[in-house]
Amino acid sequence: MCRLSTRSRNHVTVSGRAGGPVVMLAHGFGCDQHMWRLVVPLLERDFTVVLFDHVGAGHSDPSAWSPERHSTLDGYTEDVLEICRELALGPVTFVGHSVSAMMGVLAAAREPQAFTGLVLLAPSPCFVDDPATGYRGGFSAEDIDELLESLDANYLGWSGAMAPVIMGNPERPELGEELTNSFCRADPDIARVFARVTFLSDNREDLAEVGVPTLVAQCSADAIAPPEVGAFVRTRIPGSRLVTLKATGHCPQLAAPEETAAAITDFVRAGR
Amino acid sequence: MSASGDSESVDQPRPQHPGDDHATFSALLEDSAEDLYEHAPCGYLSTLLDGTIAKINTTLLDWLGYDHGDLVGRRTFSDLLTVGGRLYHETHFGPLLRMQGEVSGIALELKALDGTRLPVLVTSTVKTGGDGRPLLIRTTVFDARDRRAYETELLRARKEAELEREELKRLNATLQQTLLPPTLVNVPGLDVAAHYHVASTDMVGGDFYDLFPLSAGTWGLFLGDVCGKGAAAAAVTSLARYTLRAAAVYDPDPAAVLGNLNTVLHHEYNGHDPRFCTVVFGLLTPEGDRGGFRITLASGGHPPALLLRADGSADHVHTPGGQLMGVLSDAHIATATVHLAAGDTLLLHTDGLTEAHPDGTRGGGRYGDEALLDFVRALAPTTASDTVAAIRDLLDTFGTGVDDDTAVLAINVPRPTSEEQP
Repeated sequence: MCRLSTRSRNHVTVSGRAGGPVVMLAHGFGCDQHMWRLVVPLLERDFTVVLFDHVGAGHSDPSAWSPERHSTLDGYTEDVLEICRELALGPVTFVGHSVSAMMGVLAAAREPQAFTGLVLLAPSPCFVDDPATGYRGGFSAEDIDELLESLDANYLGWSGAMAPVIMGNPERPELGEELTNSFCRADPDIARVFARVTFLSDNREDLAEVGVPTLVAQCSADAIAPPEVGAFVRTRIPGSRLVTLKATGHCPQLAAPEETAAAITDFVRAGR
Repeated sequence: MSASGDSESVDQPRPQHPGDDHATFSALLEDSAEDLYEHAPCGYLSTLLDGTIAKINTTLLDWLGYDHGDLVGRRTFSDLLTVGGRLYHETHFGPLLRMQGEVSGIALELKALDGTRLPVLVTSTVKTGGDGRPLLIRTTVFDARDRRAYETELLRARKEAELEREELKRLNATLQQTLLPPTLVNVPGLDVAAHYHVASTDMVGGDFYDLFPLSAGTWGLFLGDVCGKGAAAAAVTSLARYTLRAAAVYDPDPAAVLGNLNTVLHHEYNGHDPRFCTVVFGLLTPEGDRGGFRITLASGGHPPALLLRADGSADHVHTPGGQLMGVLSDAHIATATVHLAAGDTLLLHTDGLTEAHPDGTRGGGRYGDEALLDFVRALAPTTASDTVAAIRDLLDTFGTGVDDDTAVLAINVPRPTSEEQP
């Protein structure tokens, strides 16, 4: 069987200023690359912008999803590194939202030469509290089970008949777009595993391995990644900088696209 | 909404004077906008873009047990959710609302003041100002207790069905295994390989093969295909397997073996549920001084075997006129005898291979006997294991185009190793 191109596997799109610094935007758990659609126009003026869907999300190729590879953040991290290698655009500034921030951490620790810098947007290295060390991620393991119940309750509308329409037409994305809520639709079995990967991973020890310039951008009021978690990330990544955006909620790229784009732009420019 | 009542139908006598309509219906419907909002049969909620509750109706306050002052300006919508619901809200609901301007029919649970949980269905729309900028979020909340109980039951039933399906697959796989030899026996002077390709794990297939010792240094082998799939076909497969092995011990002549099989199947299934199979049976005899083996094949309606010669040629071993086993009381059985010299390979297969659709779709043409002959001509001369490996790769390229189980069995007389050659 021939090896799948990462471009179609992850529905990679490249836009913006050719030859400009490369900014790679990685969406988190829940939706797909559309999460970035308000900041992309603001970044395209100056940068080459790379967007992609994680395997199992958006218009990625669902057949590329593997229960072994995609049951840990390492598998997703390897996907990111493969995209970088295949695009061969040189070192990129990786902007990772939520769980993807930790993929950036792992990827930069593994192949620092592939990255000019990291922007960790609303990051959390560990969502679950760890009483032994006094770390507060904000959630208990039972809370994560409750999330899985919520996922189940909302996937009742998912039907096997719809799956090929949504997932199986990477060459005709408009078919998926017309369906309500398609930005956040995923195969329920894949979504369950991704939810576990997202909320049960513990990457606190990996933060110290980051050796590239890093900006930690957290929101003012974030129910998922509270301020002390951002501060924790900032203290553990050597030389990193912390900004607190005025934006509230967990998705500043939607709530405050201008502010988010400005933070990314300033960071990339400062690094040149 | 119009308050004129023109189109409303209320089960009350119409007033005598048309001019009284408005007042009468207003009184009956008590439909001041304020009252309609506060005591609607669903919860109403307006929040700022950051989720802060700006307005909430009495219905929802009553459901939750809060007072107006507890929530308005003080709490956000996601504060009312369970923690899991909040995670779902932040990762799915919120982003969708921002991207689409509306989200409908999302299942969430609200936490009441007393700690009880209220399953609800939530629909939200973003209200925008004249300049298109979002101003606030309007949300309706429907009590979904009964519906959720029903859905929970459905989910439970689905999970159960999935578990049972897994169990069925395991059973099928186990049953399939019992119909095949666990490993092929080692025949001195012969290289043997086999492969069984399962087209669907939902149903046990009907293909079978075996290779086993008979008296006086001879060996029996067979490969067959029972018509149909599932438990009934598996029963026939089992019967055919054991009949063939027992019949071969009684009289190893291949035509006699198949004659006995035909009789057994015909007696067993000649009622209203006819069951039949195609099969090829071979008797292998070492050729002593000459080297290699003599094999006599008997075929009951089975696709012809393929002989891949040491000189690189390949052809069918035709057994014309052999009839399906189990249909007629006295089926015609065709035989052929060939000599397998060093470097020769004999390939038996079921028609799952030649009936496959190479382009992967059922609409396309089938692979066919001639294509298979061309394929093995390119392989010859070869070995048993290389032949079977090549067929496996071929089946892989067909993908979902293989809609029936496929069994292949190859035997090869190895060439003498180089040290033995003069």
